[in-house]
Amino acid sequence: MASNPFAHIVTQCSGPPSASDYAIDRALRMIVKGAAAVILLLVAYIIFELGRQALPAMLNFGPGFLIGTEWNVQDQVFGILPEIWGTLYSSLLALFLGGLFGVAIAIFLTQDFLDHRLSNVFRTIVEMLAAIPSVVYGLWGIYVLIPLIRPAAEWLHDSFGWLPLFGTDLAGPGMAPAALVLAVMILPTVAAISVDAFRRVPYKVKEAAYGMGTTRWEAILKVMLPTASSGILAALVLGFGRALGETMALAMLIGNSNQISLSLFAPANTLASLLASSFPEAGPVEVQALMFAALALLAITLIVNVVGLWVMKAATRKFEGKA
Amino acid sequence: MNATAEAGLIESTLLERNRNMDTNRETQMDTDRDDHQSRTSTPDSITAAAAWHVDPQQTVMDCRLNKIFYGDFLAVRDSLVPIEKNKITGFIGPSGCGKSTVLRSLNRMNDLIPVFRFEGTVTYHGQDIYDKSIDPVLVRRYIGMVFQQPNPFSMSIYDNVAFGLRLNRFKGDMNERVEKALRSAALWNEVKDKLKNSGLSLSGGQQQRLCIARAVATEPDVLLMDEPCSALDPIATRQVEELMLELKENYTVALVTHNMQQATRVADTTAFFSVDISEGGRTGYLVEMGDTQQIFADPREKLTREYIAGEFS
Amino acid sequence: MTRVASEALLEQDLASMKPLQGSLLEGRSLKSRIYTGITWGLAILASLPLFSVLYMLIAKGGARINWETLTALPPAAFEFGGGIGPAIVGTAIMVGIGSAISIPIGILAAIYLAEVAPHSKLAETARFLAKVLTGFPSILAGVFVYAVLVVSMKTYSAWAGGIALAVLMLPTIILTAEETLKQVPQKMKDAAYGMGCTRAQVVAAVTLPTGLPGVITGVLLAVAGAAGESAPLLFTALFSTYYVNGLEGLGQPTASLSILIYNFSGMPYDNQIELAWAASLVLVLIILVFNILARVLGRQKF
Repeated sequence: MASNPFAHIVTQCSGPPSASDYAIDRALRMIVKGAAAVILLLVAYIIFELGRQALPAMLNFGPGFLIGTEWNVQDQVFGILPEIWGTLYSSLLALFLGGLFGVAIAIFLTQDFLDHRLSNVFRTIVEMLAAIPSVVYGLWGIYVLIPLIRPAAEWLHDSFGWLPLFGTDLAGPGMAPAALVLAVMILPTVAAISVDAFRRVPYKVKEAAYGMGTTRWEAILKVMLPTASSGILAALVLGFGRALGETMALAMLIGNSNQISLSLFAPANTLASLLASSFPEAGPVEVQALMFAALALLAITLIVNVVGLWVMKAATRKFEGKA
Repeated sequence: MNATAEAGLIESTLLERNRNMDTNRETQMDTDRDDHQSRTSTPDSITAAAAWHVDPQQTVMDCRLNKIFYGDFLAVRDSLVPIEKNKITGFIGPSGCGKSTVLRSLNRMNDLIPVFRFEGTVTYHGQDIYDKSIDPVLVRRYIGMVFQQPNPFSMSIYDNVAFGLRLNRFKGDMNERVEKALRSAALWNEVKDKLKNSGLSLSGGQQQRLCIARAVATEPDVLLMDEPCSALDPIATRQVEELMLELKENYTVALVTHNMQQATRVADTTAFFSVDISEGGRTGYLVEMGDTQQIFADPREKLTREYIAGEFS
Repeated sequence: MTRVASEALLEQDLASMKPLQGSLLEGRSLKSRIYTGITWGLAILASLPLFSVLYMLIAKGGARINWETLTALPPAAFEFGGGIGPAIVGTAIMVGIGSAISIPIGILAAIYLAEVAPHSKLAETARFLAKVLTGFPSILAGVFVYAVLVVSMKTYSAWAGGIALAVLMLPTIILTAEETLKQVPQKMKDAAYGMGCTRAQVVAAVTLPTGLPGVITGVLLAVAGAAGESAPLLFTALFSTYYVNGLEGLGQPTASLSILIYNFSGMPYDNQIELAWAASLVLVLIILVFNILARVLGRQKF
């Protein structure tokens, strides 16, 4: 630091910051900047490393990897179309259910259906749903959910077996229990972001609706829901992103079967559960293939999450009058 | 690596400095042109300010505020504001006239606002505090500030007052200095038995006096007070005003007030700012400055007269 | 509260107007009632899984909770008895490693984002990437650390598991800490700057102490989340049937509650399945304790 140009001013105790004060200040700025840079380096390193590891498989199997349907370690033939299908199918099913329930709960919590205490109870329930670990849901799925839905699945298959949706029997693990658990797991995400979306709707909008003589539900469906729609869309997209990457519960419930089926009761597989179940015992070539699969999963979730964040930003701006 | 690290090390200081370098350069180039422009556009402002002459020996701060910007918004222009030693200089004017902006420019508090840009000079003891070699932190060590809203730290009353002393590595008797500061803020009797309580536990008026005690504990050279009484009731206001009158024995005070009576009660010198909305913006500028008595009894400018008449009638 | 009351009044009014308004309003309020009923139904239905899970944890897991279960080594396939001791310790150690790495970096990065240069390019980018990383599939953290560490160290280890957890904890800590540090009132910071504090002094004297409760809340939530993670541990820490053996043990495969649950859930032996439930109960209790602590601390507002 330059010498103190105010040194000649006579004061009781004001003085310049000491050299060590300045040194600490500079050090802190440098350290916190470094810490912020860590997240950039981390993301770059993750993408670089997964790309590097997947490169041999990319050269080896080419784009055919993405549309191949076979995963055969013996013949070293690898393709992940069934996993891409299973990932998207299970996530879409979960999104449909979890989205419906999540938005309903958000309406329930924000549109004055409950007094203060009851709404706290439901809020706690939703938060606890989010706190239960994935493996515990998996365990619950195996020993509670699958036995529970099997009779219904049998009946549906027997009565409506001609529909592709119910085309197979539920032998045990399968798409339906996996999607159900996945729905429970993304429900808190959808609910929480939707609650925020409803909260952002200015009170005067609601007042205006009531002022026009609407009933509560007309106000909700015709005014609140459309006004909060972009925030809810963000909730759904981010919930979808969660579902795509969810691993353990699916690895335990989906059956890890390498096939493409529309049937809700057929076993299937997802990218994440393929990684979970195959990685520990994989040989070198299979690991390369799995790295390629991991890169595909990274690409899909990154795109979905970036879109979700982008929608959310647009939704937040809407009420700040910047858009 | 070394170079980047070093660049990172002083990134934000550098930013500030670059900004100031630019400003300085612009200022030097602009000075002449500026004067012409301002004379033609608002003949009364600069001449009025120039009409207020003070003995340079008695001036602590000589503020030449050519332009103060927030982003593209020109907040204040063309104002010459001398601050005299051991006097209270009051800033008055309608809301939005930039009087708080001017005050906050005097110890570089505005540097914390990223879009803030200053053109001009603030000469303090012969040194321009906006010079690129000057660290704003250093300026604030000598020029203290009391804010509009009471803002004690969430720590004990004692620690609030001792904060600045510790910051300046005060070596003497801390208890004595804390007591002295609290006494001079007329707060000692109310808090002497609960110095360990949180500063936030006090009432609004007490909090503001605590903030004043905190500001005077280090005995800064100049004290800037930004509407210090706006959150206070009449009794607390009177206490703070009495305090200001005592403070000027040892300090120089610059006071922004929205209360004209307050200015007449405490200020020795008064600066009247107004808003120029002629060019579509809302730019504040100094209309007239002088002895408080003269400003209120016999203002030179029509604007001042109208404003004062409006306020008092 | 008053809003609820006024709406109730409004509905009563509407109800009392029925005879005047005739069928139009009748149809509308019937529809309203059906929708309300459906909403209640959906909310209750959505709560059922939680109660079912909790019931199973207490009924199945609670029955098996005893000293042996909490401390003994996991049983081999046909063995009876045994416990989850190494898994509890392993989870604690790996969450500890993850915390030791992610908490300091996360809080420091949050200081940069909230206080030092909130609008800089670096801060904008870091904030965005942290948000993206919160939606990052946890298994990919495992794959990444496997590729970087397990391959080069040639062994699964507690280190690798802990680092994988750190990758997942970091964004949560950064974002929650930034959020609370930003809420520290500007006027308090102004007071410190006005006294001639350097930025570091403002952070140390005002920003951090004032925002601390919120920062701790975020940290506790991140810890709770990490404790429940299993996918990132699958092929970084793997599993072990023994206790972590000293510092050197950290360089070897390490047990964790979540992987124990995963491994035992698929075994055709009642003993193992009971232990999986017991481990689930312990895991959920640990997570709940951290969640409750986070809530209690989060309630302290400045």
